[in-house]
Amino acid sequence: MSATPALRTIGRWISASPIWAFGLLWGLPLLYAVWSAVHPPAYSTEFALNAPLTAANFVDSWNAAPFARYFLNTTFLVLFTVAFQIVFATMAAFAFARLRFPGQNFLFALLLLQLMISPSILLVWNYREISWLGLANTIPAMGIPYLGSAFGIFLLRQNFRTVPKELDDAARLEGCSLPARLWKVYIPLSRGTLIAFALTSISYHWNDFLWPLVVSDSVTTRPLTVGLEIFATPDQGVQWSLVTAATLMSSAPLLIAFLIFQRQFVQSFLRAGIR
Amino acid sequence: MERHPVAGWLFVLPATVFILSFTDLPLVATLASSLYTAPFAGHPGHYVGLDNYNGLIADPAFRQSLWNNVLYAAVTVPAAVVLAMAMALAVNAAIPGRAWLRLSFFLPTMLPMIAVGTIWLFFYTPQYGLVDRFTSLIGLGQINWLGDTSTALPAMMAIAIWKQAGFFMIFYLAALQNIPPPLREAAALEGVSRFYFFRRVTLPLLGPTTLFVMVTAAINAFSVVDHVVEMTQGGPDNASSLLLYYVYATGFRYWNTHAAAAATMVLVLILSLLAALMFGVFGRKVHYR
Repeated sequence: MSATPALRTIGRWISASPIWAFGLLWGLPLLYAVWSAVHPPAYSTEFALNAPLTAANFVDSWNAAPFARYFLNTTFLVLFTVAFQIVFATMAAFAFARLRFPGQNFLFALLLLQLMISPSILLVWNYREISWLGLANTIPAMGIPYLGSAFGIFLLRQNFRTVPKELDDAARLEGCSLPARLWKVYIPLSRGTLIAFALTSISYHWNDFLWPLVVSDSVTTRPLTVGLEIFATPDQGVQWSLVTAATLMSSAPLLIAFLIFQRQFVQSFLRAGIR
Repeated sequence: MERHPVAGWLFVLPATVFILSFTDLPLVATLASSLYTAPFAGHPGHYVGLDNYNGLIADPAFRQSLWNNVLYAAVTVPAAVVLAMAMALAVNAAIPGRAWLRLSFFLPTMLPMIAVGTIWLFFYTPQYGLVDRFTSLIGLGQINWLGDTSTALPAMMAIAIWKQAGFFMIFYLAALQNIPPPLREAAALEGVSRFYFFRRVTLPLLGPTTLFVMVTAAINAFSVVDHVVEMTQGGPDNASSLLLYYVYATGFRYWNTHAAAAATMVLVLILSLLAALMFGVFGRKVHYR
């Protein structure tokens, strides 16, 4: 009798083994990169169980290119972009959800156009605009086309409309101004949606590449993605152990944040996906 | 709704300024610039109707980018859908170690496309890359995946699928967890086979998710080219060039902004059709709840 549960466990493992093989295969590119990053270059493509571990690749790649500067640039870019996006989208969403003003519906349609056509598609003309403004090769230029987010407005408006009217009326009767009502009634009741939008936007802008590539052309403005691309594709002689180490370093902040706050991230992505 | 003609506008003003300036205005300006020639030697450009579009059609690089992009979407969209659904079904069942599996499927999603690009550059490297070592092992010989016109585009497709499938998986997982347990219990009482249950109950209930995933994957197929810029620059011989890459190269390598504008409008047209599809179908039959 005592063997039955054990047998059942073994059976479960065996029936799960094709899925496991697939899961392992799926993880292989990342595992191969990790292997190469934590072993000396001699072992980067040699699988030996006695291969010594090292952190030298991380140190060397950190020193081989201005990654510290790139990190700083990306951090600034993301904070700048997401902070303004949230403030502007919250204000607009409130007006679209609860106020009436002339031209409202037409304006809403004009703004929602961005859900279809993202500014990143229109990069040729946007580059021209940014140059006219004298902002080419600055960090704000990488965020400015995104500061108005139709996606954020849409998401928050949907949420604001579910806020009970009674609460809002109570605040109004107590003499709260419009900004005060937004601040005291709507924002506290929309924390989940705000976090969802923030996390989605942070991952988007941390990872954004093509527009920053077009706008930046110096070390002082280049974000991590552009820096990494330059580091990973030299004219000759790629040192894979350094490149993989740099790749993991650049991805680390988001990966670590994800591993710690898995549930929040997944919930946010689900909430942000228009289902 | 309260009437607030002035306050309403003040609240929407900041977002409006940025969206109009960097989405609506560039859209109109791109359309206009696609109908004009470039200014030359002090003369302003003049109206040429559809000449820039005819120029595109005559350009083999454009035709190939468009065709590549259609193929790329035709492969990556269904593949991402099927894999995402299979992953979700697998990790939704009570199998040992499913948290690790879920992590393995989802992690590529959290990486920047550029990091995915470097990882796969390494993976695809002739001689050193794991792919090549495997194909040599089973006797296929060495293949320069990114350097061969017949494999460069499939190599890009593999990357797009690997990067996205785990993201779509979480939407399927959520949908699966929304299927009411009594349905399954009733089916078990009736002695319905698992396959029949999947085909007649699970699959229809996953319909809205599938539609969402398909449209998102299709939009990505036409608007993400980071890996192409990093890994192949559209090559060899335009074999891996996609539409947005063509726009980028035409606009910023050859500085032919009017041709780039026309190509952008083709891209805009495709994305609008996808959006119309999404709103059209979504609007009508998606709300099963």
